[in-house]
Amino acid sequence: MANKEKAIFGPEFKEAEVGDIVFLAKDKPLMLDCGKEISNFPVAYQVHGKLNKDKSNAILVCHGLTGDQYIASEHPVTGKPGWWENIVGSGKILDTDEYFVICANVLGGCMGTYGPKSINPDTGKPIGLDFPVITIGDMVKSQKLLVEHFGIQKLVSVIGGSMGGMLALEWAVSFPDMVYSSVIIAAAARHTAQNIAFHEIGRQTIMADNNWCEGKYLEKKKYPSKGLAVARMTAHVTYLSESGLQRKFDRGLQDRDDITYGFDADFQIESYLRYQGFSFVQRFDPNSYLYITRAMDYFDLVEAHEGMLANAFRDNKTKFCVMSFSSDWLFPTSEARHIVHALSASAAKVSFVEVETDKGHDAFLLDEPEFTSTLDGFMKGVYEDWERENA
Amino acid sequence: MHKNQLRPDLKHLAKLVKKESRVLEIGCGDGDLLYYLTHEKNIDGRGIEISQSGVSTCVKRGLSVIQGDADVDLKFYPQECFDFAISSQVIQATRNPKDVLQEMMRVSKSAVIAIPNFGYWFNRVYLGLNGRMPVSSTLSYQWYETPNIHFSTAKDFEALCAQLGYKITKSVYLQASGKPLKNPIARLMPNLFAEKAIFVLEK
Repeated sequence: MANKEKAIFGPEFKEAEVGDIVFLAKDKPLMLDCGKEISNFPVAYQVHGKLNKDKSNAILVCHGLTGDQYIASEHPVTGKPGWWENIVGSGKILDTDEYFVICANVLGGCMGTYGPKSINPDTGKPIGLDFPVITIGDMVKSQKLLVEHFGIQKLVSVIGGSMGGMLALEWAVSFPDMVYSSVIIAAAARHTAQNIAFHEIGRQTIMADNNWCEGKYLEKKKYPSKGLAVARMTAHVTYLSESGLQRKFDRGLQDRDDITYGFDADFQIESYLRYQGFSFVQRFDPNSYLYITRAMDYFDLVEAHEGMLANAFRDNKTKFCVMSFSSDWLFPTSEARHIVHALSASAAKVSFVEVETDKGHDAFLLDEPEFTSTLDGFMKGVYEDWERENA
Repeated sequence: MHKNQLRPDLKHLAKLVKKESRVLEIGCGDGDLLYYLTHEKNIDGRGIEISQSGVSTCVKRGLSVIQGDADVDLKFYPQECFDFAISSQVIQATRNPKDVLQEMMRVSKSAVIAIPNFGYWFNRVYLGLNGRMPVSSTLSYQWYETPNIHFSTAKDFEALCAQLGYKITKSVYLQASGKPLKNPIARLMPNLFAEKAIFVLEK
């Protein structure tokens, strides 16, 4: 385990297999929200299906906080199947026989796209905390460059869950003419105080680990594994629901018949969380975690539109589908309704469903039949309308 | 769903909606009417439905429907953003039918509203003779479980419209079969002979 961790994200830093990479903003730098400019930066992505002649069959999928571009193929680090393999593929809801599905590692990420783990060519060292603080808007602007790189003028759909839902929302607001439909799953138009609170706990946990070394752990050949693992454990609880945890674990004991009167992982839930933390460390960069959580915290489409979210959607022609999960307390239905009410106030085309489930926030990554069949129905409607309008 | 499968009373409601208009249906259920109007009359339709199963069915049919409550969610729509606000057998099931009616008229230029007529002779006879609340194929619920918490007669509804200053520009009175009243005597007394009524309201 330790070797693999080191080989990929540990002190003996080595770039993992990240698939296709393109360097963007070569001619004209990309201006970030913080005021800094970046140019000629790499974006790593995966595509499935074939882009047609008219370049009119592209769908962009946006991943969540700790997701990446490996949406429908084996993950090179973990060896696990793609995170949305039940949705993306031949004959599936995002049918790669018909559509060209793109998923790119976000700006600030650690799977090949420009981020704090990238090497500064001037110093030969990882950029670390010299990486500019990025926003959801910056991530979308970099994705737009990727879409333009493919020569695509309009995406059939931009789809995402959690942070991916924020990206999908930002896409539809910033570049409505490029987005025919937008699917926003388990997301919000702004991060709430509770959302920020949990992210702050995660960041403080990483930074409190002595091996974080003020963000220079790669240079110092150290690694804040414990801090990152605890950050993940805390976050992971927010992705589940109380009833889901209870159903899955209850007070079950881990490989023992009785409690041990010690601090070992007596309970299954403890063992489960430890495993989640342990495996996360092997595939994610601690500084990336700081930057991406910060980007989510800064996301506020309400503030960006004079306190009226409806202003964000004025004259928007995009077809929206908003979905929430009844047991999601991280991005609860009330946040989804906030988006829906604003869309209604602009008389935008919007569908909204709250899916009844006890699987919590992570339900969009799981096989939740009511969710997948609703997504399927919405996409079929979109495909039909899109084809009719482009005939 | 094929057009001739549309419930007869919905067909009559559909006739009152203009082609290519912008329509909001309140309480659209499984979306039968909205689907029909979208495909047969090329409307730009939206719907509000309270049940998850109804909304899911609608979304699966490609309709723009949100899960919401007519009593709560209409206020989020801007004024007159629709040509028609429509509802079938819904307004009597809302908590505040008067408010819902006013909201429907605020968000649209006109409304098409279908209601069950409690003044229908069968209901009067049922209550008069049995002394029990009417239960029929249309009013199929017992009093303790009915979602229809605000029953009115066609006349009551007309009176509310008059009170609120809305013009009823068209009324269609339907028999239990879903066909319009034909008998000339029945047509003179629709409040007694119509099982359902459909009204087109304008400001």
